[in-house]
Amino acid sequence: MASSAATAMLDDGSVVNKVFYNEAIVRKFVIAAIIWAIIAFCLGTYLASELAFPQLNIAPYFNFGRLRPAHPTAAVFGFGGNVLFATSFYIVQRTSRARLFGGRAWADFVFWAYQLQVANMCISYLLGFSKSQEYAEGEWHLDLWLAVIWLSYMTIFIGTLTRRKEPHIYVANWFFIAYMSMILILHVGRNLCIPISPFRAKSYSLFSGVQDAMIQWWYGHNVVGFFLTAGFLGIMYYFIPKAAGRPVYSYRLSIVHFWSLTFLYVWVGAHHLHWTALPDWTQTLGMAFSIMLWMPSWGGMINGIMTLSGAWDKLRTDPGLRFSVTAVAFYGMSTFEGPLMAVRDVNALSHYTDWTVGHVHSGALGWVMLVSFGALYYLIPALWRKPGMYSTKLMEWHYWLAMTGIMFYIFAMWIAGITQGLMWRAYDSHGFLQYSFVESVAAMHPYYVVRAIGGGLIVTGALMMAYNAFRTITTSDESILWAGRRTAGALAAGE
Amino acid sequence: MALKIEKDALTGVESTGHSWDGIQELNNPLPNWWLLIWGFCILTALIQFVLYPSFPSISTYWHGTSNYSSRVDVIKAVDDIQASHAQYVTKIAAMPITEIPKNKELYDYALLSGKVTFANNCQPCHGVAGSGRPGFPVLASDAWLWGGTLDALQQTITYGIRSGHPQARDSQMPRFGVDGILTAAQISTVAEYVQFLEGKPRPGANLAAAKQLFMDNCSACHSPEGNGNRDVGAPRYHDRVFLYGADYDSVVRQVTNPRMGVMPAWTYRLDTPTIKSVALYVHSLGGGE
Repeated sequence: MASSAATAMLDDGSVVNKVFYNEAIVRKFVIAAIIWAIIAFCLGTYLASELAFPQLNIAPYFNFGRLRPAHPTAAVFGFGGNVLFATSFYIVQRTSRARLFGGRAWADFVFWAYQLQVANMCISYLLGFSKSQEYAEGEWHLDLWLAVIWLSYMTIFIGTLTRRKEPHIYVANWFFIAYMSMILILHVGRNLCIPISPFRAKSYSLFSGVQDAMIQWWYGHNVVGFFLTAGFLGIMYYFIPKAAGRPVYSYRLSIVHFWSLTFLYVWVGAHHLHWTALPDWTQTLGMAFSIMLWMPSWGGMINGIMTLSGAWDKLRTDPGLRFSVTAVAFYGMSTFEGPLMAVRDVNALSHYTDWTVGHVHSGALGWVMLVSFGALYYLIPALWRKPGMYSTKLMEWHYWLAMTGIMFYIFAMWIAGITQGLMWRAYDSHGFLQYSFVESVAAMHPYYVVRAIGGGLIVTGALMMAYNAFRTITTSDESILWAGRRTAGALAAGE
Repeated sequence: MALKIEKDALTGVESTGHSWDGIQELNNPLPNWWLLIWGFCILTALIQFVLYPSFPSISTYWHGTSNYSSRVDVIKAVDDIQASHAQYVTKIAAMPITEIPKNKELYDYALLSGKVTFANNCQPCHGVAGSGRPGFPVLASDAWLWGGTLDALQQTITYGIRSGHPQARDSQMPRFGVDGILTAAQISTVAEYVQFLEGKPRPGANLAAAKQLFMDNCSACHSPEGNGNRDVGAPRYHDRVFLYGADYDSVVRQVTNPRMGVMPAWTYRLDTPTIKSVALYVHSLGGGE
């Protein structure tokens, strides 16, 4: 696109090419991400409250069974997805020094089509449509639509890379390519199904029995591995060095952990099916590959945290960077917990308990949500050309509310899960179970209440972020924003 | 762009010479501790591959040197438990249920077995320790619809109530209101008599007319004095234990369009010694006859 670059003369007489990035599309995705975050957190908190107080189940649309798939859809695809679109489009343009491929209209199509898609998915679950496949509940026509959107997204991203003016592809973009190509494969593989009629929103999976279960967890675990891990590692690889103003710690480590992570991740889904009808040999592979995956996962953590060496003082003054670095710490913790829970004998205790739910959320809240907030607090001033966020104090409040909320959530679920696991396996000298299932349900009540409170804190923090973002974008009095200049976004806006 | 390898001023480590949007990369080596732990993990995995069933081939799979099989293990564990129970279970199966309480060891075992079976199968409807729920009778009191002796309990649990099993306990209360057997006014009157029999007479009730209606329509099953009839599961009114409510409005609703409970035939799901154990447990809750 000839108009995407212009030649400019600098003061010293040298000539540079200035690229006009498509930032309008990034701004749209940032706003959508904030809206979906609030929807997803509210849904999650309401669902947590339903488990603590079953009277809150309002039939039929707001029963737990219908509402529950809307929560991960809004959280993973709504919030997480929009953050990934925003950051990948922002990062790929800047690290390639190239304007987004395909023009404004195509990028806008991806934006509006994707918002429609996520909204359609959530609403269709409330209306009772579902394939009953976790994280892939959308019926077949929604799956087809998502495939169209995804192919468009990939074309725009990879098209931009091919017109890059840098000799090498930056590590963040490797992770983005891995995430989007693997999600395409997973999406198609998991959603192979036969519709009962071209005009009916009902289909049956191509697979059945334990094979369907294996396909499900190959899909489910790799959504975690590639959407929520690889994609967000891409985010980390850009925003932490940017905000810290330091070089990435180790190029070699980034190569080794990228290839080992992407190679090993696709094997481990079977660990979701320990002690089931899945053959023992498949379970062993799931367990052993999970153990081998531990260090490759930690490679990303080392590169994230060690990049801060020499810039640790910035954590004091830049709450945005603090979000990102705390996220990396949570990433390290949950990628240790994961292989641990994948060991067959640990899984015998943890399987089907709330420990699993807590593990997912230490990743989803601790890692994905916090690293997203770090990126958003960087992007908002940068994209709207502001010197800083409207209020650093609100960012501080948001940080501590989010942290407290996560702690409430994870500790409650650890205790709940281990209690459940121990109650289910307690038996007397004759081999009779000591507790009935319903007693273990009743024992969960206090932990479920604590979890719901944690959710409330996370919602409150997100509302503060939304208000802070709104004031940052709309305030014309720049002097207020200069006060927030300490925040990372200021560095980027200065260019 | 030409590579510009620089030394990082802070750490003295060389960069790779690339720069993307101002981001550079250092060329630090892989951390030793990281490599060491990873090597250990890979070794662990390899050992597992050898010991346990792991890689598949076209028609079979590597069974592992340990010959591990979760299926064989669980079958053995279940067999072991069943073998340890056999000494009790065979005796309980052979003995009439009324004889079991006389053998302390057997009785203690049966109560334990009955308790856990009750908790996981009966409790969702009948409540913790048979404390009941609206529509589902309390099992810890002496008010029984179909009988509270050990034999009666075993019979009820085995075949159920209105379960569809040919030997199930069965009865049908007519739909006096819906089917037009009685008018709404007559139902109101007869309900007053039921309240009288419960020992809660309503002020101003015309008991003479009410009694006549009750005798003509209800007494065949519920007995003239309201003592009920266990052959048809009719409740005794002065127990004041009504599954669907003992107050006036509930009685009117029940006579107009009766609800009748269903209990599954547990013989499809539990074996005879276990059913006997549950009957003994229920009998021990406080209401056993």
